[in-house]
Amino acid sequence: MRLEGRGLIDRTREVAFTFDGRRYSGHPGDTLASALLANDVRLVARSFKYHRPRGVFGAGSEEPNALVTVGRGAAQTPNTRATVQELFEGLEVVSQNRWPTLERDVMSVNDLAGPFLSAGFYYKTFMWPQAFWEKLYEPIIRRAAGLGALSGEPDTAHYDKAFAHCDLLVVGSGPAGLMAALVAARAGADVILAEEDSRLGGRLLAEDERIGAKSGVGWVEDVRGELGNFPNVRIMTRTTVTGAYDQGTYGALERVALHLADPGDAPLETFWRIVAKRCVLAAGALERPIAFADNDRPGIMSAAAVRAYLHRWGVAPGKLVTVFGNNDDAHRTARDLAAAGVKIAGLIDSRRDVSVADGDFPVFSGGEVTGTAGRRGLREIKIRHSGGERSIWTDCLAVSGGWNPTVHLTCHMNGRPVWDDGLAAFIPAEGAVPGMTPVGAARGVFSTAGCLEDGARAGQAAAEALGLAVSAVDIPGGDDTPFAFEPKWRVPGRRRAWLDFQNDVTVKDVELAAKENFRSVEHMKRYTTQGMAPDQGKNSNIGALAVLADATGRAIPETGTTTYRPPFVPVSLSAMGAGARGKGFAPERFTTSHSATVARGAPMIEAGLWYRPSYFPAIEGEFWREACDREVAMVRNHVGICDVSTLGKVDIQGPDAGAFLDFVYTNMFSTLKVGRVRYGLMLREDGHVMDDGTTARLGDAHFVMTTTTAAAGQVMQHLEFVHQCLRPDLRVRIMSVTEQWAQFAVAGPKARDLLNDVLDTPIDGESWPFMACGAVTVAGVPGRLFRISFSGEHAYEVAVPARYGDTLFRHLLSLAESMGGGPYGMEALNVLRIEKGFITHSEIHGRVTAFDIGMERMISAKKDCIGKSAAARPGLVDPDRERLVGLKPVGSVRQITAGAHLFNKDDPATRAHDQGYITSVGWSPTLESYLGLGFLRRGPERVGEVVRMVDHLRDVETLCEVCDPVFFDPEGGRVRG
Amino acid sequence: MVDLVAKSPCDGLLPVSHGAAMLDEVLPEAITSVALLGGSDADATKALADALGLGFPATNRFEGSDGVKIVSIGPGKAFVLGRPVAIDGAACTDQSDAWAVMALEGGDARAVLARLCPADLRDGEFDVGHAAQTLLGHMTCTMIRTGAERYEILVFRSMAQTAVHELERAMRSVAALG
Repeated sequence: MRLEGRGLIDRTREVAFTFDGRRYSGHPGDTLASALLANDVRLVARSFKYHRPRGVFGAGSEEPNALVTVGRGAAQTPNTRATVQELFEGLEVVSQNRWPTLERDVMSVNDLAGPFLSAGFYYKTFMWPQAFWEKLYEPIIRRAAGLGALSGEPDTAHYDKAFAHCDLLVVGSGPAGLMAALVAARAGADVILAEEDSRLGGRLLAEDERIGAKSGVGWVEDVRGELGNFPNVRIMTRTTVTGAYDQGTYGALERVALHLADPGDAPLETFWRIVAKRCVLAAGALERPIAFADNDRPGIMSAAAVRAYLHRWGVAPGKLVTVFGNNDDAHRTARDLAAAGVKIAGLIDSRRDVSVADGDFPVFSGGEVTGTAGRRGLREIKIRHSGGERSIWTDCLAVSGGWNPTVHLTCHMNGRPVWDDGLAAFIPAEGAVPGMTPVGAARGVFSTAGCLEDGARAGQAAAEALGLAVSAVDIPGGDDTPFAFEPKWRVPGRRRAWLDFQNDVTVKDVELAAKENFRSVEHMKRYTTQGMAPDQGKNSNIGALAVLADATGRAIPETGTTTYRPPFVPVSLSAMGAGARGKGFAPERFTTSHSATVARGAPMIEAGLWYRPSYFPAIEGEFWREACDREVAMVRNHVGICDVSTLGKVDIQGPDAGAFLDFVYTNMFSTLKVGRVRYGLMLREDGHVMDDGTTARLGDAHFVMTTTTAAAGQVMQHLEFVHQCLRPDLRVRIMSVTEQWAQFAVAGPKARDLLNDVLDTPIDGESWPFMACGAVTVAGVPGRLFRISFSGEHAYEVAVPARYGDTLFRHLLSLAESMGGGPYGMEALNVLRIEKGFITHSEIHGRVTAFDIGMERMISAKKDCIGKSAAARPGLVDPDRERLVGLKPVGSVRQITAGAHLFNKDDPATRAHDQGYITSVGWSPTLESYLGLGFLRRGPERVGEVVRMVDHLRDVETLCEVCDPVFFDPEGGRVRG
Repeated sequence: MVDLVAKSPCDGLLPVSHGAAMLDEVLPEAITSVALLGGSDADATKALADALGLGFPATNRFEGSDGVKIVSIGPGKAFVLGRPVAIDGAACTDQSDAWAVMALEGGDARAVLARLCPADLRDGEFDVGHAAQTLLGHMTCTMIRTGAERYEILVFRSMAQTAVHELERAMRSVAALG
């Protein structure tokens, strides 16, 4: 019910929204919760387990009950707290966890079974038979119990991630937070003021208070105005600080556009990482409920929330309100409502000997609520008090069990809160998070005056710690009434009394856990699921703890708390992963030939982050194998072009470059002549092969190393490590030039003829023998030419600065095509190298040694190198190791598959008989057979033997002949041709 | 004989503009990495100063302005942007085609970068003349501040498309926030 003349809403404008299809209206400034209450909608949700009717309980992000689904289709967001969702025109909201409707929910039969659904029910009941759990029990239970559901469609909405830096992060903008921000800002500190709510003020928006000569809200507006004028202050509203991490880093979720009907290009939410030198935690406190019989009905609310609805939104959550509490805030609730003209049916105070000065309503001291009635909303309560027992008609019961300081962030780095006996609450431990100072209600200072002072003090301390001078601080006066309170956690009784509303955990469940010896608070939590709902038990954990302490005969501090973990509020994964959907997951690297390649219809495959062509279809719809066979034949008979720019290229310069290469490669490079290229093998420290490639000597003190595409980063890192940490004595520098050069392989018998069409100075066999390299000019552009081959053919790699890559590639293709050749892709490249027995990272996969690939003689005896001594360990040169061989099918089945395992011909194909495995396969159109490379025990000694290949996954079995890995042109005549 | 046509790294991608931020390609005449080799670094930096009229930059700083800049990319390592250079005592490598160089300019420039770059770019922390090896989304980059509201960003040439896409996405976001 809306009250006239109250609240911080804009009554001149109406905002229409729907809830479960029914139209309602509210005002700008409303939350969904305040608007529903203003429209007298009390039933808004069904509970998780028992499907009990539930209404709005609180007024903040800790709301346990009023979870709804906002929006429709792919963008629908479940479990939105109605207390956080701001109203906008056209907002569509539906209730959740009910069928067919919120009013008539069939699953509420669960509630009748309540006595059986106690803690540990599932563990006890569904243990047997074991197989039923996954297939039968769990799906049924999951369907019956639950919160909102996702749409199942990809969320295409826009989210952001961002970084911010500041001197001081102030979390919360109540009186303490505002004073801290103000004092530090005046001293010149760079301040970020993060406020979870849509406007600054904290509790001051929810109470009728005065600060100095102004109203609380007036003072807030003044401070906001002053802060807004500082260039060094950034005010972030709708921003919840969700976690405290190492080195002053804080996670924060900003609800950027969730309150807008049309966000346009703006993100719905932004996940911030804020790095702050200091932090003032002014997160306030959360009011705790009292557990009594049937305390979860719609209409039973936090007393502080009732005051918030009254003062901030001008809403009376009931027509006939009762108040139950153990402290003076309960009195304040009754007084404020009465002053606003709301009828108070009774104030029940659990303390004896309390009096209310100016209250025109019945007061029941030494009282407690023993029961409630009203199926879809509170109708009546039963009370017991010093004068006896009675029933009271009421549609709203405001409950206050005192306050719990919001210590959550102080615990995110393993800090444990400390019990304060006077407050009967946990307060933050000293120095729990380095650089963070809790202030105000967050550390148990509950008076407004105390908060103002505490905030100012912390702001001053933070500024001084930053080396800033603070002028005299003027602290306005505020309410200084001490917080009068007497602990009361629960009302004894036989009926169920709720602790955790969101997960349907009752006092009985916690007591049962204790009885069944789950006495540790962490065990109790897991046994009962107390505090494990999305609200993480914000308003129930301490109450549950008190019940557990009582049941186990211990004090609360002795019982301890469960662990507070980030995030403080639920964070959408779409915000944390903003920008990473689809291809946003990783950068894409494109070669200079990319557009020409795609234009030819080549399917692209990923190699690391690079995109490379799989094959080039000659006609549309050409099958990959046809294309591959054609491209292989083209290279063997004519000439093929392939972009090899993705291979890592590393410039190594300096007078000690040769010595450096000798140290990182197994073989010798200091002896390489200028203008020549050598194949090199690189080991890891543990003696296994890291990478291979060719290195060219361009000058006395200048080499260019190539690495495999996917290992380029790893090799670069390794080279830097070796230089900086192992051989800082060497005068050498390492620089990646992968991106500088567009490099194309020109391979095939006609390679030289083709090149002589593009090179300014023609080459011949004498000037450019196999493994020669040097500078050339290509159509007037300075480039480099390397006579190297990964296909076994007469081949070159020609490199030009990347800006010319696109035109040179197109030109090379047209020349090749005029000679019966053309481009070839990764499939053909792979077949060509398998025919020649050349290895890739399929073979040097990290577990093989130089010995295993038959290159042990490449480890030079004349010098040391990385991995040399490790590679000499007996286990790594054991002749019984699996070593590289070639494999050819010889039986009736002609197929070889990569990943298949090898067995002796007559052995069973079981693990104990494993003889090796296959790493690479391809159909060789040249030799008209499948060819494989693999590793076989004592492989090189078994050439000519027939072994059995079994692929257990694809169900293929083939008899294979063991061969030398070089299938084609073993003499190497073609490459020198 | 074919005529090889030069294509810039951001060919066809830039400029773009959203709100108070504009992204455009910068094409330095040359980019050369200069890495001091140790032993005779004083001679090398002097040779460099003679050639460019600029001192070797301190780590995370750059020297020079519009014409020629020398940008620290690590201890004893720098990029010379704007003019080819080759000196004794340092490893000089042509990088002219290796980097996509973009300038992000305007009142929103810093807010745009805050969406992609974890570095502290506030005044006093990252001023005109400062350089950083940092991240742009998932990409490593070299970033320099050349004006109160102007930054130059170097990313791998092959990643130009991703870099422009990510920057433009951030520019749209910031523009929408007003």
